[in-house]
Amino acid sequence: MQMKRKERVDRGIKVRTEGIYAISSWREILYLVFPRAILIFGLLSLPIIFELAPYWKRVINIMCVYAIIAISFDFLANILGLVCLGGGLFVGVGGYFSAILNSYFNFPIYLSIPLASISGSVFCTLLILPCLRLRGVYFAIITLIYPLFFTRVIEALNILGGTNGITGLDSFPNQFVENYLIIFILLVVLFGLRRLINEDIGLVMRAVKDNDQSVRASGINVTYIKTLAVFIASFIGCLSGAYLAHLYMWAGLSLFALDFSIIPIAAVTIGGGGSLVGAVIGSLIIVPLSEFLRFFGTFRIVIYSVILVLFLTLKSEGILVYLTRKYQQFERWISV
Amino acid sequence: MSILIVESLSKSFGGLKALSSVSFEVKKGEIFGIIGPNGSGKTTLINCITGFVKINTGKVFFEGQDITGLPPHKIAQKGITRTFQIMRPYYSLPAYKNLIIPLWSKRAKEFGGWRGGGKHGDRNTVAIDILEEIGFERDSKVPYKPASALPTGYLKRLELARCIALRPKIIFCDEIFSGLSVSEIAGLMPLIEKLKMEGITLIMVEHRLKELFKVADRVMALQFGEKIAEGKYSDVINDPRVKEAYLGSDEE
Repeated sequence: MQMKRKERVDRGIKVRTEGIYAISSWREILYLVFPRAILIFGLLSLPIIFELAPYWKRVINIMCVYAIIAISFDFLANILGLVCLGGGLFVGVGGYFSAILNSYFNFPIYLSIPLASISGSVFCTLLILPCLRLRGVYFAIITLIYPLFFTRVIEALNILGGTNGITGLDSFPNQFVENYLIIFILLVVLFGLRRLINEDIGLVMRAVKDNDQSVRASGINVTYIKTLAVFIASFIGCLSGAYLAHLYMWAGLSLFALDFSIIPIAAVTIGGGGSLVGAVIGSLIIVPLSEFLRFFGTFRIVIYSVILVLFLTLKSEGILVYLTRKYQQFERWISV
Repeated sequence: MSILIVESLSKSFGGLKALSSVSFEVKKGEIFGIIGPNGSGKTTLINCITGFVKINTGKVFFEGQDITGLPPHKIAQKGITRTFQIMRPYYSLPAYKNLIIPLWSKRAKEFGGWRGGGKHGDRNTVAIDILEEIGFERDSKVPYKPASALPTGYLKRLELARCIALRPKIIFCDEIFSGLSVSEIAGLMPLIEKLKMEGITLIMVEHRLKELFKVADRVMALQFGEKIAEGKYSDVINDPRVKEAYLGSDEE
């Protein structure tokens, strides 16, 4: 009997190693640009596609916010090796800082968002700094506790509007700005961070994940690298939090919600970790899905979990990893 | 001239005395061997000197400077590097990208790369130069393979390359010959001699005594955390206490 076997062949554009390409024709340039272009133009055209469905235009904003938080989670977890469940912390601190600046000090919206992002990320980094020695699940728990802690503090002391939150924040001028501001931020964050992780400092961060002892032996201060990465991640998180506060025109306790810590993990698992784009793809799937499932009422959590389990068992590597492999390799049957 | 002076260094983990009052000096440019049976404190000694483990009492001087209690990265920046007994490459990175990390550090920047490669010269090129020097064939696929796909012999070389990239003054080699075949060791020998020629001080912890004998200028023997002998290799190996440590005493 003749046996057959699947053979995988790389499309011959890579030279020896990751990141170096030999491009000799327009066709090959298109080959490289095509997936990136689809992502960029796909995201940019979303508000136009949903022009006639204002509810779904709102969902686009939320989806982008989750995508940014998922990128920040993916960056810390799969590049630096710190499993950080501080999404809720970043969003909450960013939102409240922006609300304080806008509502109490009357900063205009275009100042309060950037200022809140910077001051908020400094604040978050200072909070996380003492726990940087911890690893794995211990670090995850500490970062998960902070948002719960702040919720209780605000509730108990009845500061910053207490359970009602800070209301009456400035809104964005119109829906066009709302949509395209967050899409623009998402694209800048995504491509900026992807650039960073392929630079030499990104390699150092990946090395910290692999083995921090030998990074120390190479004369590099590991705590400094970790602090820098946490600062970047919390800056991104605070930025999306500040945006969210102005989108709702309100900063309340729900900005510290566990959703912001948990859903990014699901998004990264579905999309595939380590590439940052996987986090975006995952959010593109999971957020509209959960909106769509509202139709089923309380039953939605069941359907939601079933879909997640199916993804985890059938495509545990993540969609993006699977697609990348299909895109970069031919497959053909050969007889053995 | 002594490049490294260790004065009555002691370290205990809880009740266990890992090192008790070990003193020695290493001269510039020599190969200094440290031998001893399992659990005699050789690796702990390296950990103490390179700052990975805090010292209880004692002092370490490097080029006349007191470096006791400095964090590992500060000590590495002064030019004291080490390999690890259990190899610790960055498995997810290609072999040559492993060297970007030491080349990124402050010390490598001060030296402007390797052998006159420009101050902000391309680190990738410098990395491949170093790898070629240490026995990776430049035009083969080996330097571009992920470290997880390399055989042990190459990984040991990669450990050394990571030290060399930092332009060190002292390299601590923690059992660099262990787990290698005789021919692989023979391949490493010229490399070690070459490092010596370049004026780098090597301190080698080793179990393979025969191979150590070929390269070491002086040897120190440890047992239960105490120094029991020091001197020329032939003197140390014939010392009755060293024989007893390795083979057991006659009276039993």
